[in-house]
Amino acid sequence: MAKPRIATTSLAGCFGCHMSLLDIDDRILQVAELVDFDRSPIVDFKRITARCAIGLIEGGCCNEENVEVLRHFRKNCDVLVSVGDCATMGGIPALRNLVPLEECLREAYLEGPTVHNPERRMPDDKELPLLLDKVYCCHEVVKIDYHLPGCPPSADTIFRALVALLSGKQVDLPYGLIKFD
Amino acid sequence: MANDISFTIDGVEVAAAPGQTIIEAAEAAGIYIPRLCHKPGLEPFGGCRVCTVKSNGRPCSACTQPVAPGMVVENDTEELRALRRDLVELLFVEGNHFCMFCEKSGHCELQALAYRFGIAAPRFDYTWPARQVDMSHPDILVDHNRCILCGRCVRTSRQVDGKNVFQFVGRGHEKRLAVNAEADLGATDAAVTDAAVGACPVGALLKKRIGFATPVGRRPYDERPIGTDIETAAARKE
Amino acid sequence: MAASHPPTVPQICATFGNDPTRLVDIARQVQETYGHVGPASIDAIGRALRIPRVEVESLVTFYSFLSKQPKGRVVIRLCNDIIDRMHGFDQVLAAFTAELGIGVGQTSSDGITLETTACIGLCDQAPAALVNDVPVTELNSDRARQIVRELRKHMDPKQLVTKLGDGNNAHELVRSMVRNNIRRHSDAEGGDNGAEPRIVLSPHAPPEALRKALSISPAEVIRAIKTSRLRGRGGAGFPTGIKWEFTRAAPGARKVVICNADEGEPGTFKDRVLLTERPDRVFAGMTIAGYAIGAHEGILYLRAEYAYLRPFLEMVLQRRRQAGLLGPDLLGKGKHTFDIRIQMGAGAYVCGEETALITSCEGRRGDPKNRPPFPAQRGYLGLPTTVNNVETLCAVTKIMEEGSATFCEHGSKQSSGTKLLSISGDCLRPGVYEVVFGTPLRRVLAMAGAENAAAVQIGGPSGQMVGRDHYDRTICFDDLATGGAMMVFGPQRNLLEVVHAFLDFFADESCGFCTPCRVGTVQLKRLIEKVMAGRGEPADLETMEQIGRTMKTASRCGLGQTAANPVLSTLKNFRPVYMGLVHTDPDGYRRGFDLEGAVRTSETLTGRASIHV
Repeated sequence: MAKPRIATTSLAGCFGCHMSLLDIDDRILQVAELVDFDRSPIVDFKRITARCAIGLIEGGCCNEENVEVLRHFRKNCDVLVSVGDCATMGGIPALRNLVPLEECLREAYLEGPTVHNPERRMPDDKELPLLLDKVYCCHEVVKIDYHLPGCPPSADTIFRALVALLSGKQVDLPYGLIKFD
Repeated sequence: MANDISFTIDGVEVAAAPGQTIIEAAEAAGIYIPRLCHKPGLEPFGGCRVCTVKSNGRPCSACTQPVAPGMVVENDTEELRALRRDLVELLFVEGNHFCMFCEKSGHCELQALAYRFGIAAPRFDYTWPARQVDMSHPDILVDHNRCILCGRCVRTSRQVDGKNVFQFVGRGHEKRLAVNAEADLGATDAAVTDAAVGACPVGALLKKRIGFATPVGRRPYDERPIGTDIETAAARKE
Repeated sequence: MAASHPPTVPQICATFGNDPTRLVDIARQVQETYGHVGPASIDAIGRALRIPRVEVESLVTFYSFLSKQPKGRVVIRLCNDIIDRMHGFDQVLAAFTAELGIGVGQTSSDGITLETTACIGLCDQAPAALVNDVPVTELNSDRARQIVRELRKHMDPKQLVTKLGDGNNAHELVRSMVRNNIRRHSDAEGGDNGAEPRIVLSPHAPPEALRKALSISPAEVIRAIKTSRLRGRGGAGFPTGIKWEFTRAAPGARKVVICNADEGEPGTFKDRVLLTERPDRVFAGMTIAGYAIGAHEGILYLRAEYAYLRPFLEMVLQRRRQAGLLGPDLLGKGKHTFDIRIQMGAGAYVCGEETALITSCEGRRGDPKNRPPFPAQRGYLGLPTTVNNVETLCAVTKIMEEGSATFCEHGSKQSSGTKLLSISGDCLRPGVYEVVFGTPLRRVLAMAGAENAAAVQIGGPSGQMVGRDHYDRTICFDDLATGGAMMVFGPQRNLLEVVHAFLDFFADESCGFCTPCRVGTVQLKRLIEKVMAGRGEPADLETMEQIGRTMKTASRCGLGQTAANPVLSTLKNFRPVYMGLVHTDPDGYRRGFDLEGAVRTSETLTGRASIHV
């Protein structure tokens, strides 16, 4: 029987949650025995190649490409998990939600005290995905099945959630594994 | 005063003194009723509504409702747990709460309630309101992003410190904490030694230059849910 | 003639004895004199009253008729309630903004401020506005432009009144264009001309009711009211006699009667009519209540929107004093002393809640109080207090005049007497109707010429929305309980727009004291906007119901406990309206997320289109 597949991605995040995933140490071998990794920064596939049992999402959505990837995950994963505070709440990137986007960009590229930009151009290369008006947490964009909060969630939290999901159980985090920092 | 009033909380018989509120009597009996705006010693407020219980079937705030003989109180029921989760989640989306860099994280009562209730993420819409940070005082900061309008600083300043540094202005969703000066906190008689500074359940009112002093893992709510002290204190007495 | 200087802020404070419990009056007068209560005034008031300045600021920022920012000499407040919206609010507002060249909340260079405001009690002659204290009714865009042009000439709102209303609206101390619109059942085509009960609306000739009350003991007065089974007409329906008995029994020599004339529930205007046409009945009721409970002080809490009635009401009080109906020795019988003062509100719906009303009378922001203690034990300034609605007090006088038995001939066992209804919206004959309790809704709608109604909001936004299958239900405390507002919506109306307007109202009028009301109203409003935009999902309806339940159970006062009713009652009675608008996305995308809208700013800034939209 084919092993269930897992896909992971980091959207508007810092890869800290992926570090935490790697932090499960040798238990990664147990996980690797149970699953195959599909699209993931760990294996560097760009698209999901076959339907996945689990999608792990780090980071929220700060630009249109994040939205596209998140929707791609939603379409191709049975269970989608928001991993970390950026995915569940917006996190540090969402600090910019307290300032209108245009003001943010003006400060960063035109008017900030350290800016040198004689042409006074905003970044507009067509390779750059367009920024969203604010940073959205994942469940504002697609249906999310489980949330693993934390900045990052501990390795134990991630491992416990994976084991539960792979054994067809509900993710039920005990006190001590729900952390917002 | 004699504990001559007898009533029940979730079927458990509790003895209370006349004049006690439900929350006080419960606490003395080792029963934790979740709360935010209540702080022992301060005049009851009844604003956060997290301590909502049912007394003889009618909802009321346990921090303001006096005990009465034979009263039947429901506290830890599915309905009330759901209601409290709602209230905590509403407070999270009302303000801008960034726990990951907040000095109060691990000591914060709002965060601790979310942990105790098993809230992984709020279900409601984030509102990302524009709020101010007042850094004008040399030793104290006010971060309105985190304020939950519980009034603990307002009452502590008045009742304990004998000052009137804080009060609310505006109404409804525009209600916010204000200080007793046209300008900002720096223009008031607030002092870092004021009890009001320590009265904040969240990270809205903080002493400057003191943060992250306790290592992660050793902070009050890292291992033990908020309320555990109340639940175990009575057990130790027995 | 020497130029008269306006009183200074300390002088204004001194007029009120530098008494902090009169802070609402002081702030109102400073606002009136200087166009705002600015930082310097806030400081000066704090010093004079020896209270922290932030307490003054707290109060000023609470009431919508007070402001820290300067306003023009003339303030136009256009009523934005749903009935006004249905009758041309948008066009009138557009005319005002165009003619003034300013937006809402702004002040023109020639000193005219434009604002919108919650219901001003004129739904039966909507659209309406207040120009300073002066009501202007039945507006249209032409009239709006004309008002601005006239104001620019004389800046005197009183001169805007050319055609006077009926009854006392034409009294020289009122001089208002407001009409009473007191309707008779027989106005309806085919309406019965038979027995039409007039209780609270019946003419009142002093001193009959008061003489009868004073001829028996206070306990007997209370017994008569209990026998009449009179229940509070403001909406809650608490038995008046029992309330009085509690207040009488409460320890303390000093007690207070407060008449709640803070008629703020959108769609209600019957108290305005009673205050205009039956003020003696209202004051006699207060006096009788004072005698019954042992109070010597009465306060009429008059909403700021009805300030135009104040000089007239003060005159009626003065006339009663001269006639011995108020003052040190009522009717010269050596039995009781009682007088009444008018406390003006300053624009806050929540002050209609009795404990908030008491807090406001005490000169503070109108936050409701914790209960217990109940007002009957510790109310105004900690004194035993009874708070009764205008209509309730009118019924009291009738009971004194004709006896409890006659009163009980009308209505049912649980609901004796009559109810005044303020009917507005999609009906031919909006106005005030007096109906006996137990009257079927269908009959009421026929009287008002609203047979075609698709939905009726009973009791205002805090009440319930009912549809055609409810029209055989009856107006009474056990069935369709109401404080009196009845808004009629024809089949052409979008009910979700109505719900949205109500939520907008509650979000603005919440005092903000407690979490469920302060945050819940905002969340419900966002959710209804999402559903209206076609971006809702079935789960959103569940979230709305969950938030609504929590608000109902956990809120601290009646405002929050009922603020979710527009959502809860329409989800119950008009669910198909919602179901037609919510969908689940087959791919699990959130329909509430609007990618197109989210990239719009970036598209403008970079000048290129999203490749993903």
